[in-house]
Amino acid sequence: MVKVRLEFSGGLDLLFGNQKAVEADIPQQSGHQLTVAEAMAWARDNLLTDRPELFMKGSSVRPGVLVLLNDTDWELCGELDALVADGDRVTFISTLHGG
Amino acid sequence: MVKLCGHCGEQRAVLRRPKTFEQLCRECFYTALEAEVHETITAARLFRPGERVAVAASGGKDSTVLAHMLTTLNRRHGYGLDLFLLSIDEGISGYRDDSLETVKRNEAQYQIPLHVYSYKDLYGWTMDEIVSQIGTRSNCTFCGVFRRQALDRGAALVGADKIATGHNADDVAETVLLNIIRGDVPRLGRCANIITGEDSPLPRVKPFKYTYEKEIVMYAYFKRLDYFSTECIYAPFAARGFAREFVKDLEAARPRAIVDLIRSAEQFRVPGRSSSSNSSSGAKAVVLPQAGSCERCGYISSQPVCKACMLLEGLNKGLPRLGVTRTRKTHKAPAVGGPAAATAAQLAAAPAAAVDPAAADLVAPQAAGGVSTAAAPRPEPGMQRCRISSCLQAQTGAASVQQCGFCTSPQQPAVCCGSGACGGSALGSLEAGGAPEADPPAADHSAALAGPGSEGSFAYLQNKGAIASHPSARHAAQ
Repeated sequence: MVKVRLEFSGGLDLLFGNQKAVEADIPQQSGHQLTVAEAMAWARDNLLTDRPELFMKGSSVRPGVLVLLNDTDWELCGELDALVADGDRVTFISTLHGG
Repeated sequence: MVKLCGHCGEQRAVLRRPKTFEQLCRECFYTALEAEVHETITAARLFRPGERVAVAASGGKDSTVLAHMLTTLNRRHGYGLDLFLLSIDEGISGYRDDSLETVKRNEAQYQIPLHVYSYKDLYGWTMDEIVSQIGTRSNCTFCGVFRRQALDRGAALVGADKIATGHNADDVAETVLLNIIRGDVPRLGRCANIITGEDSPLPRVKPFKYTYEKEIVMYAYFKRLDYFSTECIYAPFAARGFAREFVKDLEAARPRAIVDLIRSAEQFRVPGRSSSSNSSSGAKAVVLPQAGSCERCGYISSQPVCKACMLLEGLNKGLPRLGVTRTRKTHKAPAVGGPAAATAAQLAAAPAAAVDPAAADLVAPQAAGGVSTAAAPRPEPGMQRCRISSCLQAQTGAASVQQCGFCTSPQQPAVCCGSGACGGSALGSLEAGGAPEADPPAADHSAALAGPGSEGSFAYLQNKGAIASHPSARHAAQ
């Protein structure tokens, strides 16, 4: 199990039962470190209450959803393959709402 | 693995800029983004010193970042702008209520004044009331048309020279695509302009025209700016739909696609009327609609009656589909110097009509200076307005004339404005609960109108002079 803080904002919180942050224990495959892709899929399968198509498209986030790992753009960390360790924070921010 | 900022080389990089792929730390990102917006503002000469600028504020991410950025840059670079926040309250409970709270906090955070105008004040209807009449199919049409005018009217009422909006690069790219898909050639030719307002009385500027949505959201996130991100309850997650999604897909594949779409649109040349004589090429020149002004409210319109007045007429008559469907024939063009032409002067001559003192200030001097759109004849002595507050019909005769011929018509109490001279005075009868056929006669109808809120209902007519006499309106009318 990996202890991860998942944060949802920019309207995504509405898809996750109005939760802005969840302290999650995410199971990992033995011998492998957890990746952002797995954490995301776990959130979709276990936390999402509404409209999964607004969160993910295929195996990644829907384009327009920003992802940060410990407040760093996931594009700098390896995106889907970025590794998530105990105590890490993964933030999902939708930019798709009006401005 | 920690990547260092590509600019300062000291701090940890926190994001990759989509346009340039630069990897920057927070501070360098703030500096870069602010410098870029400053560059956009100065290169396009968006503002002049001393201008009074309304920042269109919805409480959402773009307008919140815009308010923050403009106040920061105004101070840092000495733009000399008189900035204030301008919000429109559509009257959507649970959505706009909450976002207005955000805007009110922004007022305190950025130390610039806030002005709020509501659909109820301007048009007599809240969006909640409109939706209760028309359902949720065409509601965005009403809201969009009303909001566009509401910003202009609100800005004119508080004496703004310009409106700054938070439209970002992604929004502009979407608009370009939508206009291509719709074949809307006139709009395609101008939608990528950084200064717009050909069809509005006030110029509108987009300081974020080249700023990516991603960077706006990142800026707001890192700076912990206070913004509101709930979707409108009547259009959840539906905003502009597929075009928006398509732009994001393009961006994912190649981030420059957004700015390239904008650059493309900047290069479009829409053939104007002048080329229509040249038919040898076989291509038909696009006939651009000519801007005039609405005969009811004076707002810039290519039709005799503007879209908002059409929609309002439908609502007030209990025929809300009017103006939404395209089957209706357009009104006949008004005769030059007809009732509509006189209205700005009438408004100026009837100070009681002005609900907002600011409106009176704006209307009176400008109309008196003879700069209203149609060189309106001054009402002759002895003329007065019909007492129906929304009716703009001038009356000759003694004070005993209380209502104009249209408004007193017992056959048509609910459609007294059939002449086009009245901005929807059937409102009172609807509010009184009567179906149009069963309306009370005119006297009751006017009494209903004179009730609380009725003057405010038509406040949007009151600053007509201010809007009509704005330089851009005169320009458009020529």
